[in-house]
Amino acid sequence: MGATSTTVGPAGVGWGPQALIRRLREGDAIAHTVTLIFGATIILITVLLVGQLWIHSAPSRAKFGWDFLHTSTWDPVFDNYGALPFIYGTLVTTGLALLIAVPLGLGAAIFLSELAPPKISAGLSFVIDLLAAVPSVIYGLLAIFTLLPLLATTVEPFLKRTLGFLPIFKGPAYGVGFLAAGLVLAIMIVPFIVSVSREVLMSVPADQREAALGLGATRWETTWKVVVPYARSGIMGSVFLSMARALGETMAVTMVIGNTPIISASLFSPGYSIAAVIANEFTEATGDMYVSALIELGLVLFLLTFILNGMAQLLLMVSQKRGGGMRG
Amino acid sequence: MSIRMIWRKTLSFVMLSLTGLCALLTVSVLVAVLGYLAWNGATALHWTFFTNLPAPVGETGGGIANAMVGSAKLLLIAAVIGVPLGLLGAVYVAEFASPTPAFVVRYSADLLNGVPSIVMGIFAYTVVVLPMHHFSAYAGGFALGVMMVPIILRSSEEFLRTVPRSLREGAMAVGASKWRTIATVVVPAASGGILTAILLSLSRVAGETAPLLFTAFGNRFWSHGLNEPIASLPVVIYTYAISPYDDWHRQAWAAGLVLLGLVLVTNLLCRTVLSRQSAQRR
Repeated sequence: MGATSTTVGPAGVGWGPQALIRRLREGDAIAHTVTLIFGATIILITVLLVGQLWIHSAPSRAKFGWDFLHTSTWDPVFDNYGALPFIYGTLVTTGLALLIAVPLGLGAAIFLSELAPPKISAGLSFVIDLLAAVPSVIYGLLAIFTLLPLLATTVEPFLKRTLGFLPIFKGPAYGVGFLAAGLVLAIMIVPFIVSVSREVLMSVPADQREAALGLGATRWETTWKVVVPYARSGIMGSVFLSMARALGETMAVTMVIGNTPIISASLFSPGYSIAAVIANEFTEATGDMYVSALIELGLVLFLLTFILNGMAQLLLMVSQKRGGGMRG
Repeated sequence: MSIRMIWRKTLSFVMLSLTGLCALLTVSVLVAVLGYLAWNGATALHWTFFTNLPAPVGETGGGIANAMVGSAKLLLIAAVIGVPLGLLGAVYVAEFASPTPAFVVRYSADLLNGVPSIVMGIFAYTVVVLPMHHFSAYAGGFALGVMMVPIILRSSEEFLRTVPRSLREGAMAVGASKWRTIATVVVPAASGGILTAILLSLSRVAGETAPLLFTAFGNRFWSHGLNEPIASLPVVIYTYAISPYDDWHRQAWAAGLVLLGLVLVTNLLCRTVLSRQSAQRR
């Protein structure tokens, strides 16, 4: 080894056997290669995942084309598959969940970042982070035995009596259905909205608040007209993030949505979602076309969440740049 | 004070109180979940519940011993796949890679992280179950292991990056090569954080049900080896909860309490350790 060569960085130049031995002995090249292999494996797994979904859904894509997305027969006997009821159910339950969870989560995030004393804010955030760790099958279990009876005996009859003239509150009250699934999803995604939004709100520079208060704005006006608009892109990011979660959520939805491929305007009606039909029918699917159709559903779900997650990351990056480098 | 001012102040008070209500409502969900689960689950918990196999269909009693062992086996396989990939991938991204490959690896991990768990089940099905022609612990463990990778990678990378420069420079100054510096100084310095990240990722996948439904499948008996369908805690909770039997519902509550207890205790420990560490660093 030359007197001037250091042991830092890629070792020596030259390609002779001696140089090779020197490089090996030093080990950096080996360590680099070994970790590179592991990094490359991660890329490979990701590519393989997309590839498998694409290849195994090929028979279904070839037979049904775009009709798969907008027809509503689901007939394993004659191998005719259209995914519309599942796509509809997924979108309705996700929409309903966002309608409930976004105001609730944003409100809680505002309280935690703007009002609560640091210690209380930290404690409550800790609890909310724990909520995000509760497995989805537990939410499903609780929903089956608490939410469903409550909906069937109290909430749905009440809604029918008072708001029954609306098409969304019509039909018999089963308990299971879009409303139940939307509610469970809402409970499950609130923690994500709260923790991401809180961080975004806390990274809004303090001088923004001080300037608004100095101009004579009330506490609420400062929050709603200055802080929240400033953090808008980050909050949107948290909404997209939780939307992707809700779309792909399987167990809790499967347990309460009723598992019937119906497209109905009424929220009381039982329905089905993409994730739920995969969970229920995959093991029983006989015949290549049946399995292929289910895998195409998985592909649809993957693409939807992929797009939403991408948008969320973009928005959060924008908001982090605007936040002035401060992190909550 | 003008009427307008009174109105503005009242509005401010009302809206801010509402945000407090939102926070209270969100937090109370956890209390309700825990309380209700503990109330219902505790009555069904008995030590035989942990040591017995499930009773034959139609009989009452029985336990979840095979599901507990099954979950442990699945997590072990998952860790064997997920920990090396996540950890060494993180070392590559944080220490060796130039910006572009680092970005690609990180992006792949983020993509994996966003994949719905049921789709991960399909992936494991096509990669492991189809070639082997049967459900197995390998398939379920593979699905869970892949899910662990992005969690471990991203948090380990962050912990590796927070190791002070002076430590690396010290090691290099006494003549250590780069890989020696990483192996003997950087990784050990970050090991506390990395360990909690691994535990957190384990507790996250321990509760996953969807990727196991058609990979590990389930089993009402002991499974011999890893090449057979295997029972797991979350799948047992699911099948018992949607069953028509009251006794199975009771056991679903008890199993749910066990699962949630394990997950939350792990989470609590990890988060406490992490927040204490980051407090020390400041």
